[in-house]
Amino acid sequence: MSPPSADRAAAAAIDSSHDGSTTRPALRVRGLRKAYGAMIALQDLSFAILPGEIVGLLGPNGAGKTTTINMILGVLEPSAGSVQIGDFDLGRRRAQALERTNFAAVYAALPGNLTVRENLMFFGLLYGITALRRRVDEMLDTFDLVRLRDTKCGLLSSGEQTRAALAKALLNRPQLLLLDEPTASLDPSAAQLIRARIKALADQENCGILWTSHNMYEVEAVCNRVLFLSHGQMLLEGDPRTLPEAHGSSTLEELFIRVARERLTEPRPAEVP
Amino acid sequence: MKLRPVAGIVLRQFYLLRGSPVRVFPMVTWVAIDIVLWGFITRYLNSVSGSGVNFVPTLLGGVLLWDFCTRIMQGVSTAFLEDVWSRNFLNLFASPLSISEYILGLVLTSVLTSCVGLLVMLSLATMLFHLPFFSMGAPLAAFLLVLFVFGITLGIFGSAIVLRYGPASEWLLWPLPALLSPFAAVFYPLSVLPPWMQWVAHALPAPYVFEGMRSVLNGGGFPGMLLAQGALIAAAELLLAEYFYARVYRHAVRTGLLARYSAEGAA
Repeated sequence: MSPPSADRAAAAAIDSSHDGSTTRPALRVRGLRKAYGAMIALQDLSFAILPGEIVGLLGPNGAGKTTTINMILGVLEPSAGSVQIGDFDLGRRRAQALERTNFAAVYAALPGNLTVRENLMFFGLLYGITALRRRVDEMLDTFDLVRLRDTKCGLLSSGEQTRAALAKALLNRPQLLLLDEPTASLDPSAAQLIRARIKALADQENCGILWTSHNMYEVEAVCNRVLFLSHGQMLLEGDPRTLPEAHGSSTLEELFIRVARERLTEPRPAEVP
Repeated sequence: MKLRPVAGIVLRQFYLLRGSPVRVFPMVTWVAIDIVLWGFITRYLNSVSGSGVNFVPTLLGGVLLWDFCTRIMQGVSTAFLEDVWSRNFLNLFASPLSISEYILGLVLTSVLTSCVGLLVMLSLATMLFHLPFFSMGAPLAAFLLVLFVFGITLGIFGSAIVLRYGPASEWLLWPLPALLSPFAAVFYPLSVLPPWMQWVAHALPAPYVFEGMRSVLNGGGFPGMLLAQGALIAAAELLLAEYFYARVYRHAVRTGLLARYSAEGAA
């Protein structure tokens, strides 16, 4: 069970396009590394996400998921490596790269002192969206926010705030969408609806999605591929429906627990020849 | 630089004012109190001095110009602090918004809010205390411009300090104008300061403006040299403040401070 190599991971993603042709990834991460002095938060991470593909980024707390997302969003500088979003290298052409990206995370709520519509107008201008009013109305409609459009975001329930954050995240029709536990605060029914909408949007808009979640049922239901991180390293990569069996686990949750509790890269006594 | 993101920053402040009109209160209240307070002080000084000197233009004019400068600074820093208070950095800086667009948005916001304060001050000072503000003529525009640039510089510098040292350091920001006011020579000539304070004062643009203002009011003609010196220092310090902000931002991105800022804001 060796970790997937940088090039193999990226190549696997590109070759997995549905018609077999080579597709330019929505995201390509090469040799990403983050060190804080002697502490290494992320080590040599490489992967790619194709347009329309939903990739789950899994791992225990402190594995490096949020560090990865922050580096892809340009708010954390990598110690080494590169991030390419569509045709644009984030380090060299930040604005162009981020115009094609967006995100939603439970720890980055929309400003609570603006209404839903005001927030969408504000962020729409930051992302340089044309025909903004029409796009905002579309997003309000898509996420059932029309009746809440003039409500301040700070007064919304957790579920409503999540929908508002997702409306903001899809405003600019991103080629790459980063979702950090997007359904964490939702009840099962609302979570199911949100999952269905995001899946449909990934198909319709051909948007590559990086999705972190601790809900393995959700990951199996939504993701085309998962990456397992632990201690800042990618340990496993594959289809969430076949990966557990390939690694001797009955479910994805069981595999997750194993990955979280042991370093799969280190040979266990039973595996030592 | 793109205009839409800059407009976004300004629009956000407009939304905040519209959604909570009470925010207009501090924009006009403190400057009004200052003008009324100093107006009566100057009126009293005029009545007891017997020297025939009219204190209204020198003292009240000084208060008005210095308040304008501090309002500009507070306009920039308050707009910045709105993002600190609402823990909005991650949303902001993960967007295509550049640092220069962000700063320009803050400055434009500050211009709009400070103009409201300036209008209130001018109205009160002219109507209640007969301040002949426009009698200073053409130099007045130069005085306002230099103080405007200095106010922006202080706002950017203060915002950089808060970005670097975390939300709690906003308490370092508010006293900044008070800390500088003894060196600004708003109410007295530079010559009354001890040498070390004069040395510090010469590194700031404000004293050149107030020395120039007194020179004009005393019939000394256009203080071209003083204004040129003040303008040069103001421009140089503005560039330094922008450089400082950019350095702090890069440090915040490199160390993860920016990504963690939301969590610290919650503390």
